[in-house]
Amino acid sequence: MAEATHGLGGLKYDPTKRTRAPEWNVFGALVLIVLIFEILNRMQGGSFLFNMRDNVDAIFNQQRLDIMILQVAIIGIIALGVTQVIIIGGIDLSSGSVVGATAMVTMSFAQTAMVNGNPNPKAIFGDWAMDLPVIVPIVIGLACGLFAGLINGLLVAYTKIPPFIATLGVMVSARGVARWWSNGQPVSFPTETYGTLANGDLLGGMTFGLLSWQGQNPAVIFVLLAILFHVIMTYTLYGKRSYAIGSNEAAARMSGINTDRHKVLVYAIAGLLAAVAAVLLTSKNLTAQAGMGVMYELDAIAMAVIGGVSLAGGRGSILGTVLGAAIFSVIISGFTSIKLDAYYQEMVKGAIIVGAVVLDQWRQRKRTRG
Amino acid sequence: MSKIILETRGLTKHYGGVHALDDANFILHEGEHVAVVGDNGAGKSTFVRQVTAVEQRTSGEVIFDGQPVHFSGPLEARQSGIETVFQTLALADDLDVPSNLFLGRELFKFKLGPFSWLDRKTMRERTMEALATTAVKIPNVDNPIRNMSGGQRQCVSIARTAAFASKLVIMDEPTAALGVQETAQVENIIRGLKERGIPMILISHNLRQVFDLVDRIVVFRRGRIVASLRKDETDGNDIVSYITGVKGGSDATYA
Repeated sequence: MAEATHGLGGLKYDPTKRTRAPEWNVFGALVLIVLIFEILNRMQGGSFLFNMRDNVDAIFNQQRLDIMILQVAIIGIIALGVTQVIIIGGIDLSSGSVVGATAMVTMSFAQTAMVNGNPNPKAIFGDWAMDLPVIVPIVIGLACGLFAGLINGLLVAYTKIPPFIATLGVMVSARGVARWWSNGQPVSFPTETYGTLANGDLLGGMTFGLLSWQGQNPAVIFVLLAILFHVIMTYTLYGKRSYAIGSNEAAARMSGINTDRHKVLVYAIAGLLAAVAAVLLTSKNLTAQAGMGVMYELDAIAMAVIGGVSLAGGRGSILGTVLGAAIFSVIISGFTSIKLDAYYQEMVKGAIIVGAVVLDQWRQRKRTRG
Repeated sequence: MSKIILETRGLTKHYGGVHALDDANFILHEGEHVAVVGDNGAGKSTFVRQVTAVEQRTSGEVIFDGQPVHFSGPLEARQSGIETVFQTLALADDLDVPSNLFLGRELFKFKLGPFSWLDRKTMRERTMEALATTAVKIPNVDNPIRNMSGGQRQCVSIARTAAFASKLVIMDEPTAALGVQETAQVENIIRGLKERGIPMILISHNLRQVFDLVDRIVVFRRGRIVASLRKDETDGNDIVSYITGVKGGSDATYA
């Protein structure tokens, strides 16, 4: 035992025995990966992070940063929900399909009547659904996601089927809804206000010397939601219950936590966050397609897992997932920057996900060995 | 005799055709410490599970603190003042010590449904106080308890029970997995409860411990209570005779 013990009654307290937050390891990995890509880029005469052109007055390679941050923002919002689901010991495979279905429904209420003087060629509903206030599609969209999340939660909590199966079912069904909604046709031409949701600037174009693109809303919303849920998971009963359930569900129930109700709540919030992503995605692209969000659920799970969220439940954090999302994005941009073929990118992406899980298992074993 | 805190009348639990607990009549007085002993499968844990409503009894009555009770679950039992250390530790491994101590009864800065704001500082301070009174040594209460030894974890579990004990404490083999030193600590906690006048039911296989700690010993055998003896009118051999069925009724009724 270290010398620095001092007692409180019979209680020994040793500050050196405090375990380091695992987020530091993830952060270290992020720095390391950025460094590797910087070196690889330098070897090719370029730079990963920094501006190399003399005619541009900037420190950083803004184009790349912009792409990276945008890439991470929308799926990152989904990952925030997925993280909470994994922490309670569940899994959500439906989020990508929920994005697809929500996108179709939402866009149908966001359409504008006249496109370049002609009636909207992609109109889903009659005139009554045209040029509605922007709040209408937002509320309908969020309701869609909430509904899907509630189905997930109710299935998991009350039928006791494994979350993997429950959300797999919802994943397939929700994709079906997305295709059925307009017979597979895209839904396009939203109102101008709807288009500004993702393409506008909440911060009024503030760039902090980092971002240059117009329309940083998805990134801003991602960061705000991340902060919100970080606070909720760290400082409120909701977070405490989530970790307790993921850690030892029987103990949580024994302690008086209504675990079923809490699970429904967590899945519902995950659905809601998928819907936020759907609204931003359709707004960004000014169209909705039945195939939107395919594989997003896996990317979101990957972000969480890379960020140190344990698939066994009980461990991980929102901060970890944000860092995991950053790593995810850096890797994809990094491969592009060293001109690695897209096929290789996917292969390596898969390997990284498996690697992250292996690492988690290994850490777990090490811990139980003491 | 002092007031009766817990009484069961004809408490019975059947699992299908298995009579795990049959017609258990049990009385616990205020301030009294009673040990429940018996062979594996004698019905000790089943008895505790009926009293704490982890399971719902088949028939019989439970009278707690003068009222006939029918708890819907362990939470309600706990809210009525029955604190239990279960055989399987009811701890969340990934949470730190204060979170485990206050699991299910968190303190709040302000209430807002599931998003109520936790009062972490006060919970931590109270945890330190609770651990200080139990003389339990925990390297750092802010670490997840996963990293702690079995003994430390059991001590957290027992400290939780002792800290919140009000009317009745039930411990189901609290020292089964502990080393000598840790066992001594737990026994000290139990003596502390006795001093505070909090009644306790202790399930234990350790007769040395039982004779050391309690006032009365109740023996279970094959789902029935076969003896209830004051500590000073019996000895180890006597108890063993009851446990093994040498004394206290024939096995013929169960053949």
